[in-house]
Amino acid sequence: MPLQRKDLLGIEDLTVEEINLILDTADAFRDINLRRIKKVPTLRGKTVINLFFEASTRTRTSFEIAAKRLSADAINISASTSSVVKGETLIDTALNLQAMAPDAIVIRHSAAGAPHQIARVVEAAVINAGDGAHEHPTQALLDALTIRQHKGRIAGLKVAIIGDILHSRVARSNAHLLSKLGAHVVLAGPRTLLPFGLERRLAPSEGSVTFADNINEAITDADVVMVLRIQLEREAGGFFPSLHEYSIHYGLNRRRLGLAKEDVVVMHPGPINRGVEIDSDVADGPFSLILDQVNNGVAVRMAILYLLAGGGE
Amino acid sequence: MAQLLIRNGIVIDPSESLEARRDLLIRDGHVETIAESLRVEEAEVLDASGLIVAPGFIDLHVHLREPGYEYKETIESGARAAAAGGFTSICCMPNTDPVNDNASVTGYIVERAHAVGLVNLFPIGAITRGLEGRQLAEIGEMKMAGIVAISDDGKPINDANLMRRAMEYARDFDLTVVDHCEDSHLAAGGVMHEGEYSALLGLKGINAVAEELHVARDIMLAELTGARVHIAHISTARSVEFVRQAKRRGLPVSCEVTPHHFTLTDAEVHRRHYDTNTKMNPPLRSQADLEAVLEGLRDGTIDAIATDHAPHHANEKMLEYDRAPFGIVGLETAVSLALNQLVHGGVISLARMVDLLSCAPARIFKLDRGTLRVGAVADVTIFDPHRMVKVDVAQFQSKSRNTPFGGWELKGAPVATIVGGRLLWPRAQTERRIT
Repeated sequence: MPLQRKDLLGIEDLTVEEINLILDTADAFRDINLRRIKKVPTLRGKTVINLFFEASTRTRTSFEIAAKRLSADAINISASTSSVVKGETLIDTALNLQAMAPDAIVIRHSAAGAPHQIARVVEAAVINAGDGAHEHPTQALLDALTIRQHKGRIAGLKVAIIGDILHSRVARSNAHLLSKLGAHVVLAGPRTLLPFGLERRLAPSEGSVTFADNINEAITDADVVMVLRIQLEREAGGFFPSLHEYSIHYGLNRRRLGLAKEDVVVMHPGPINRGVEIDSDVADGPFSLILDQVNNGVAVRMAILYLLAGGGE
Repeated sequence: MAQLLIRNGIVIDPSESLEARRDLLIRDGHVETIAESLRVEEAEVLDASGLIVAPGFIDLHVHLREPGYEYKETIESGARAAAAGGFTSICCMPNTDPVNDNASVTGYIVERAHAVGLVNLFPIGAITRGLEGRQLAEIGEMKMAGIVAISDDGKPINDANLMRRAMEYARDFDLTVVDHCEDSHLAAGGVMHEGEYSALLGLKGINAVAEELHVARDIMLAELTGARVHIAHISTARSVEFVRQAKRRGLPVSCEVTPHHFTLTDAEVHRRHYDTNTKMNPPLRSQADLEAVLEGLRDGTIDAIATDHAPHHANEKMLEYDRAPFGIVGLETAVSLALNQLVHGGVISLARMVDLLSCAPARIFKLDRGTLRVGAVADVTIFDPHRMVKVDVAQFQSKSRNTPFGGWELKGAPVATIVGGRLLWPRAQTERRIT
């Protein structure tokens, strides 16, 4: 059963059934990644364009590997090599790519909504690989897959998401996804970096999304602690006085993690700033799933490409 | 002697407290007679049966883009859009290139409008040179050349001392100071209203306080200086409340609201998935703000409806939401939106709508318009409050098409626009059977 939609623009408009379909499909693809020959002919003859307007190593590589393991032709275009520098509009760029008849366009852009604008004018499946501070649906899906693997379930878990929620597409997509699947998501960070009101615009669900007064409250009894990367430029933006102070008051260290459940797992979308938002002994500790997340990223993206780019025919 | 007889319409003229079936005779560009039944030999006759005949509508706030940005709009295309939209007079903001901050630019605009020969065009001069917020423009010279108000619209004046001086100086020339109220620091980088939807969409918000700070400041400065202050495109509940209190205290403060702010909320950005035609400044606000705006229209706190007509080329609106320019066109949808949302929505009466679109704007800028009393310049807007229209951007007279209202079906529409006794719209003879 393929997804009954053209694009994957965000978690917000996905149903629980669609999310579970993607996760189950990804589980099936994980086996391929364990094989010696990690390639299947599922998307042979299909073309996937990775259109990255914003620097990214992990996500772009992950999509590229996913496409190649499905035997699709993957083409990478980064903003510096595209016509964007010549002043071409976003829509013109998209129309030019459309003229080359790709089956899927994976887009990463610093402006929220850019994938939606492109999706309106192209026939190809558009997959949002992160748009500004809006959504990063494949990250949330791989996070959910990782949690499911380690906890056996998502419903009923307390998931603390810590850090710069305001600018985080990972936090938004996870808030949508984990609450839809019944988790209780608690958001915390410096008050200057919390997008209050977000919780009132989420779809009704079995789970919940709330803001905690402080990060200790968020971490207390958490099953999962997800730490967000703090962009170094936020210091200059006046959101907090210094990275030093940030690490003391908002960073995840061993002591703070002690407030969580004994079997807590720690996640981070990467790349991590060691000693800023997360201490090394936490990032590298036994409860850390950071590398599992990266590993699951390929399977999730294979599932998305398969379900959207015609593999389900 | 040119004579035009408008027969059988309902004449609504709040300036004369008139709302009744009347015949209106225009002679040599002026209102000659209004009577229950007129028989005139050799007059062109317009049958306005079933229609409303009102003093010509005045838009206090438009951007015409000439000189400098003629690819978006020219004085001619803007004037034509105004005529098609039922406006007989429009007041154009100074943010052209060059800026209308001196008498020669004012003179150019006045001359161009005269050559175009359509609606009345009343220029608004800049408060500061180059809209840079540093040094007063030559306001007296511009007044001589024809400006009717001053504003740095779009470029908030953050220096309160400079604003105070501008108000004091404006009094010497009997000019209204129009302010785009926004604290630039608080609003910095914002692209939509800060609230639940900006949080959801991951877009940088402009908090309501950014507007309210300057509204409060301007009201206090109006009290200090005695200057007439007009708050442009009011959009938040607390701004409306500040103006309500100021009026209660008898301060010379007025305000306008745009059709988009009394029709849409920030939910529209979400519903339309980042459609850049939902991006304007001030941004579409919350539901509570919209309701406060409606209450302000109902209780008289809000004086005028103005469009903030802001044409942009399609290419510019095809950019990312963050990068696309602010603003939408409004001249050709304003009257239908006012009728549909406000009159048929049960917020205000037809007479109040005419006041908001004609009499009050004339009072605010002290324009010799906004009335059909005998002897007045015969600027007349005729509209049909019941005609159903579907907004078709392809039919716009404006050069630009940036509106979120394309495809909307609205009840009520302008039918004919008469300026100085001349029927400007509809244009062709064949279209002149206006019923």
